[in-house]
Amino acid sequence: MSRSSQPKFRSPADERPLAKILLILLSLAFLGFFLFLPLVSVFVEAFRKGIGEYYEALIEPDAAAAIHLTLMVAAIAVPLNLAFGLAASWAIAKFEFKGKAFLITLIDLPFSISPVISGLVYVLLFGSGSLLGPLLKSWGIEILFAVPGIVLATVFVTFPFVARELIPLMEDQGTGDEEAALSLGASGWQTFWYVTLPNIKWGLLYGVLLCNARAMGEFGAVSVVSGRIRGITTTMPLHVEILYNEYNMVAAFAVASLLAALALVTLALKTLLELRFGAGNAGGRH
Amino acid sequence: MEVTINNIRKEFERFPALNDVSLKIGSGELIALLGPSGSGKTTLLRLIAGLDFPTAGQIFFGAEDASHHSVQERNVGFVFQHYALFRHMTVAENIGFGLKVRPSSSRPPKTEIRKRVSNLLDMVQLGGLEKRYPNQLSGGQRQRVALARAMAIEPRILLLDEPFGALDAKVRKELRRWLREFHDRTGHTTVFVTHDQEEALELADRVVVMSQGKIEQVGSADDVYDRPGSPFVFSFIGESSQLPVEVKDGTVLFQGQPIGISETGDGAGELFFRPEDVNLIDTQDALFGKVTASRRLAGTRIAEIDIANNGHPPYHVEVEVPLHAPVELGSEVRFRPTRWKIFRK
Repeated sequence: MSRSSQPKFRSPADERPLAKILLILLSLAFLGFFLFLPLVSVFVEAFRKGIGEYYEALIEPDAAAAIHLTLMVAAIAVPLNLAFGLAASWAIAKFEFKGKAFLITLIDLPFSISPVISGLVYVLLFGSGSLLGPLLKSWGIEILFAVPGIVLATVFVTFPFVARELIPLMEDQGTGDEEAALSLGASGWQTFWYVTLPNIKWGLLYGVLLCNARAMGEFGAVSVVSGRIRGITTTMPLHVEILYNEYNMVAAFAVASLLAALALVTLALKTLLELRFGAGNAGGRH
Repeated sequence: MEVTINNIRKEFERFPALNDVSLKIGSGELIALLGPSGSGKTTLLRLIAGLDFPTAGQIFFGAEDASHHSVQERNVGFVFQHYALFRHMTVAENIGFGLKVRPSSSRPPKTEIRKRVSNLLDMVQLGGLEKRYPNQLSGGQRQRVALARAMAIEPRILLLDEPFGALDAKVRKELRRWLREFHDRTGHTTVFVTHDQEEALELADRVVVMSQGKIEQVGSADDVYDRPGSPFVFSFIGESSQLPVEVKDGTVLFQGQPIGISETGDGAGELFFRPEDVNLIDTQDALFGKVTASRRLAGTRIAEIDIANNGHPPYHVEVEVPLHAPVELGSEVRFRPTRWKIFRK
């Protein structure tokens, strides 16, 4: 009997070819229009007047200061949140205590409220009308409209990334490996260093990357607390907006393209990690 | 190392997981903690290891009160149910871990660690697998790596939590025999947890039968099988049937009728007997019922019998009968237990 005479079977979950093509086209068009096109246009606009102009826009003192400030804020906020996130997820995943559910909800708070409000909270806390602000000012410590305020706002907004990444991972891994290490005579610190950390390293790195991307890109909260003193308290996103409002399109998009490039690198690293991460998980516990 | 457990109580959020448990484990003994899930057997093992601490009671290692010693101080070898091998370390690194983390004063040099790891691997018959990762090993091999890792720290006692639980039947049998030989060779005091009675009876010097946070009976395989000390042990270990009876003037009555066996001490109780301890008999004073099913079991036949119960659901018993006994479906058979035990209400 020839093969062609047999009836064709289709998996119940399979669609007709036409529907398949339509669905693919639709999602591709959507992605192209809403994601790819804007990204491309950022770079097109940035390089519209040639590479020289692009380069000029980036080394101009205010832009350089913004890039420097952004990197510095990220360099402070990310390690802080790495430590906080690690501690919080460790506590949540490995111990039972009262108020655990509340703590988990609290960690999500920065995700659920608007960044502008996060910024305003710090204005309330450290502004001239508050209790803390004048006191700190009398000691010569400026929080608002200065770098510390920007760091605080960034730390707040980017807090959940590391913890959110690690909690499910650590809960899934349980405490078996740690108990094994302890029973073999390892101290708490040795257990953390030799067993816990290697078990979570890919998830941790992933969380740090996301945290970093957000720390560099945060606009709302930082905008409120920075006071936008040009060249002093403007981060890259703030600098982009200022340039844009001055109709300096090429310069605005040049700085924007740098931010976009950072995001792209982060995404690329994240994809690489996921490949690695997935493989690591597949060979994990049985 | 002798281990003495004195009146241990362990509560989790007020729920008692262990209730006044005492046990003496002799040096070099191989002990099985046997019980259904929730009986507290794993909790007891973890308390001995120092992975959990008792709410009340003491644990002695030899003459030393270890109740408040940390798991590191107790120096016990613990093999976890799912092995808990460090997945990012090779087999050799896993086994050498306990030596590597020692304080520098007592840490052997690297070459010495390597030598000991290789000896341990030979001992668990896994020589040559030093560079493999845990996910490149079979279940049985992982089990033996976990054992070698626990032995590397020269533990005072060896504790195993469901050591064969995650393995298939054939590997289980092999490893069981292997563990017995391993124990006889090394002479370590060993305690293992299992819910598999066959495993416990075959492997252990003494079996500790546990139920609902209490020790029901401690004894050899023969003790717990032939002389069960409680209704739980009788029904948990091996096959058994039970019937409500009454003893009157030394005669055992079932539903008010004598069944041809006698017992001292009047009163109501539960009659327990095993399928193989039954004789088919053709007299009036015996138990009788209808055969509802029969199945061939190796050299004999097991008949399932329903005994009528005045309109209530019938009592169900199982008896072992000779291969050619007349036990057609629906036929009525009469039988008497030859060995039995009556537990008083």
